[in-house]
Amino acid sequence: MSDDQPDRPLGGTGYQEVQASDEFQELRTRFRRFVFPLTGVFLAWYFLYVALSAYAPDFMSTEVIGRVNIGLIIGLLQFVSTFTITMAYARWADREFDPTADRLRAHIEDGETE
Amino acid sequence: MPAAATASGDIGSPALNITIFIVFVVITLAIVLRASRNNRTAADYYAGGRAFTGRQNGIAIAGDYLSAASFLGIAGAIATVGYDGFMYSIGFLVAWLVALLLVAELLRNTGRFTMADVLSFRLRQGPVRTAAAISTLAVSFFYLLAQMAGAGGLVNLLLGVDGSAGQNLTIAVVGILMIVYVLVGGMKGTTWVQIIKAVLLIIGAALMTVWVLGKAGLNFSALLGDAAAASPAGTALLEPGLRYGLTDTTKLDFISLGLALVLGTAGLPHVLMRFYTVPNAKEARRSVVWAIWLIGIFYLFTLVLGFGAAWLVGPEKIMAAPGKANSAAPLLAFELGGTLLLGVIAAVAFATILAVVAGLTITASASFAHDIYANVIKKGAVRADDEVRVARITAVVIGAVAIVGGIFAKDQNVAFLVALAFAVAASANLPTILYSLFWKRFNTRGALWSIYGGLTSAIVLIIFSPVVSGKIDAKTGASLSMITDTGIDFHWFPLDNPGIVSIPIGFLLGYLGTITSKEVGSAEKYAEMEVRSLTGAGAEKAVEH
Repeated sequence: MSDDQPDRPLGGTGYQEVQASDEFQELRTRFRRFVFPLTGVFLAWYFLYVALSAYAPDFMSTEVIGRVNIGLIIGLLQFVSTFTITMAYARWADREFDPTADRLRAHIEDGETE
Repeated sequence: MPAAATASGDIGSPALNITIFIVFVVITLAIVLRASRNNRTAADYYAGGRAFTGRQNGIAIAGDYLSAASFLGIAGAIATVGYDGFMYSIGFLVAWLVALLLVAELLRNTGRFTMADVLSFRLRQGPVRTAAAISTLAVSFFYLLAQMAGAGGLVNLLLGVDGSAGQNLTIAVVGILMIVYVLVGGMKGTTWVQIIKAVLLIIGAALMTVWVLGKAGLNFSALLGDAAAASPAGTALLEPGLRYGLTDTTKLDFISLGLALVLGTAGLPHVLMRFYTVPNAKEARRSVVWAIWLIGIFYLFTLVLGFGAAWLVGPEKIMAAPGKANSAAPLLAFELGGTLLLGVIAAVAFATILAVVAGLTITASASFAHDIYANVIKKGAVRADDEVRVARITAVVIGAVAIVGGIFAKDQNVAFLVALAFAVAASANLPTILYSLFWKRFNTRGALWSIYGGLTSAIVLIIFSPVVSGKIDAKTGASLSMITDTGIDFHWFPLDNPGIVSIPIGFLLGYLGTITSKEVGSAEKYAEMEVRSLTGAGAEKAVEH
């Protein structure tokens, strides 16, 4: 961010006030509580798949439905989980996160610039 | 078996392939010209006026991401090594969740044009911007070179252009076209090229997928069985380990690659820059959602296409064709739909290279002009049109370097450059992005150590890895390294991919640099960054036209 931007809505201290406000702190906490554990879950799930493929090939090669084996099924489930997490996050962000974020944003931009 | 396909170097009709490609170029150039009429400001040139919708940008992101490496490469990998090839595509897809959850929206809210905007937000501008720009240029250059070199090999297969001179000419044509797109169209034009290309690619792949499934009697299990029966590997094609299961080293290598893929995507500068082309964080979120669906569905197509190519074309014929595994998808197209479908797929493959190199060039030129020239050399005291002028000149220089580099690299085995780009992005860029967004204490020294440490360790480990020297095919005794002289062997790092070492180094150095520095970050700047990143207050608006 270059410092010459003329239309900055708030000075530093104004942002610090917002940052210290309960509403912002709660927004931040909710955001982190949602995305951090979810990130941990999908990374663990992905590396479980990679590790099983590398170190348990016999298990992954067990055929379940016709020629479709467990490895392929877990691989396809990675697609399912990715799509599910994507939609769950988008839904959560639209419904739970955006209203508060928009309110704070409107408060900051309207309250201070004019 | 069609007779035309057996002659090496020319399947289908080169004239038809070239014609379809020229039609694509003419149509996209017309669109780029139209789009460029509104190119006035820096935000227009770098960020398409921030006026793309989430859906448009999501399609463009898919276009950017589904490069020749991932379209031709993954289909080919599944055709030849089956399951292990499929694992690639999963890493490429899951990686997008990092971008969705942790990076896209926060980046859109705090930056203007480049990755460095975010990294230098609350740290010392000069050194951090310089470091971020160097890392951006390095990643873009590796990626660019891999694409250009790949173009040389594809020409041989698809356009029937044999011989060095013809290939050099084609690389030059690709380079010049790319420069024209970037100069004339800026980010807006480049984005439209990506959108058109992505739509063509996905429709083409969908058509072939349905066709293959139809031939297999709509029975996926039967397709797997047929593929395994046609492959010299037999049932092992459907099981893990064909490529990575040989030894403990190759297993570790796969984990290293997986790490680089998953953590690298959200640090690729040309992907990050795309988030600035939408009006706000909500649209940035939408664009990643669209991108994830499109990329995921496309990789499901490649699963069918890869096994379809193994079944209908056969791994031996694929490996004997020029371009080796990369030729699986084009050969399958020829097998299914003859010269016409091959022509369409060939043109799409070329369009892919063209669009991806254009995206990389605009990213690299923006980074140089915006970060180095405007903010470091001129300390921000520069007119926007002057900055854009520098960006255009840089784009020409990068285009020229890419042409020369592509010509030199075309006979080299440079596929590892894409993996290197991902490794650098994951080791140098992602740690700094995450620390700077989420860690209050993070400071300038931490950023510099992390960027330079991650960048250097990834590059040094690659240079001393088997991909550069000393990798020998156990069966044929031929070299599999970039240096094909088997007498030269200076490798000491056992893995092809440095990620498993260089990524922890990047994160660790960022931490150590921070805690050993006495610099106390500005609490004001941190408050501003945190509030802005989450609420979108003060974020750059779309340009009104």
